Amino acid sequence: MSTFELYAALAAVLFAVGLYGFFVRQELVRKVVGLNIIGAAVFLLLIAIAYRNRGDFADPVPHAMVLTGIVVAVSATALALALARRIEDETGTRRLPEDEESS
Amino acid sequence: MSSPFEWLIFLPFAGGVITFLLPGKSRPWLALLLTVGTFAAAWWLASDVWREGPQGYALGGWEAPLGINLYADGLSALLLLTTSAVMTLASFYSLGYFSREAEASSWTEARAFVPLWLFLLGSLNALFVSRDLFNLYVALELLTIAGVALVALAGGATALRAGMRYLLAAFLASLLYLMGVALLYGEFGVLDLALIAEAAEGGTRAPVIALAFVFLGLGIKAALFPFHAWLPHAHASAPAPVSAVLSALVVKAAFYVILRLWVDVFADSVTAPAAQAAGALGAAGILWGSFQALREQRLKLVVAHSTVAQVGYLFLLFPLLTGVGEGAWRFDAWAGGVYHMMSHAFAKGALFLAAGTILYAYGNDQISAMRGLTRTLPITTVSFGIAGIALVGLPPSGSFIAKWMLLTATIESAQWWWAVVIGAGTLLSGAYVYRLVSAAFTPDTLPESIRPVPRVMEYASLILALTSLGLGLRAAEPFDLLEVGAPFSMIVAGVGT
Repeated sequence: MSTFELYAALAAVLFAVGLYGFFVRQELVRKVVGLNIIGAAVFLLLIAIAYRNRGDFADPVPHAMVLTGIVVAVSATALALALARRIEDETGTRRLPEDEESS
Repeated sequence: MSSPFEWLIFLPFAGGVITFLLPGKSRPWLALLLTVGTFAAAWWLASDVWREGPQGYALGGWEAPLGINLYADGLSALLLLTTSAVMTLASFYSLGYFSREAEASSWTEARAFVPLWLFLLGSLNALFVSRDLFNLYVALELLTIAGVALVALAGGATALRAGMRYLLAAFLASLLYLMGVALLYGEFGVLDLALIAEAAEGGTRAPVIALAFVFLGLGIKAALFPFHAWLPHAHASAPAPVSAVLSALVVKAAFYVILRLWVDVFADSVTAPAAQAAGALGAAGILWGSFQALREQRLKLVVAHSTVAQVGYLFLLFPLLTGVGEGAWRFDAWAGGVYHMMSHAFAKGALFLAAGTILYAYGNDQISAMRGLTRTLPITTVSFGIAGIALVGLPPSGSFIAKWMLLTATIESAQWWWAVVIGAGTLLSGAYVYRLVSAAFTPDTLPESIRPVPRVMEYASLILALTSLGLGLRAAEPFDLLEVGAPFSMIVAGVGT
């Protein structure tokens, strides 16, 4: 197994873990953490691709994408956490009701 | 600054930052000025495209693959015009809608509204002129963040939960899309759409899993059935101008990316079964959304479910582009789908604004409470009726032409089953629109007190409704513009499949 394959496989595992957390956990903060793990998987894959594409140095384009991606993910996470807090203030719980109609 | 591209992106984003720093009262007026300015820039770009063909712009003078290229053909120009037109009218509407200074809560709402509104406009513009996969991701994500914040603006448990569901779905969708982009970059080593299209030509390099990630993510954002569950409550809980813009434009933006990638870039990679599957999900969306719209008791939820149905029509154009042999129907299918996008943008914008006016005046939006609307809010009733006509697709609306072209394509490509779906969807939409209109015309004792409605709100929805009708009367120019750059000339000629 090459270095690239190792990291790509690790990205796949992280992706699955994040997806599991996102769908199975009910608490909003845990869902957000799950999404961030998925994000980490994507960034890991991009860095692995940068390593695979290396010539004299690693491919810079995926690095730029990861940097931007981190900024975007942090902003979205901040918004999600702020919303989760407001929901807890309003309803006393950090979970969404199962039934859409009652919300 | 000498290029319309610069204005299209600079005006709204700079405005978003500046209005954030300004005192509250001047914000709505500056926002209005900037949306009008953006419309002018979109008009400028569209006339350049019309006269000179597709326009490109290299940001900072750096060419692809290193720099970021912006690009506009007829399709982009038309969608930019639609976007800024709808946003301008909704901005006029918001002047009236947020003028309730007396209520402290709505005043904070109005203050935060303007900067977010301009960010939304800027990200829509950026999306329609983006020419690389990663730029599209950034634009989609900005759009989501601005959109979610605008939904949650109304405050209260319902709006916050709806915003949260929207954010969770859209965040996941963005990451799926980004995963797809990472895999595509691994395959092609470039992000520029034109370069990828070149490399993918012939379909010999068709990274199926990457495309599945990309289209799954975008499908969630476009509220394609069965990924639509986040949409109705998000669109129904938002303040009226936000509902209008989310349904009219934001959902379409995700669809635009699908269309661009599917037909323009990966035309040779996507297979006929995939196209049939996309069409089947669209058809399911049409039927499911329409049935839900029939069952809902609240006006804004009816209109929101109808968006799920109307998005379904757009996905029908993918199976219609396939089919055996050459034929003009490919252009019919594609242009009909795009025209449906536009016409629905104006009609749905008008409907949501009118629904917001009713909610504003009556204090609730139960359909049973809409009685006597013809006497209390005659102009809103008229815009409701006209937008209803356009939604169902009766002549002379733009949707009529769009549906006619789609129907022609179903017959000529020998896929009659899609015609059945279009017919059934039309009947169902007729039923739920009739339900609303008949409630409005039921003469009844008027409610004791209704809140006086600023005139600008009523006229904004009327003008939007009339535009959706006007698209049916003057279709030649939009279609000519749509052909510029002939982004889909390859597939129209029957080579692509």
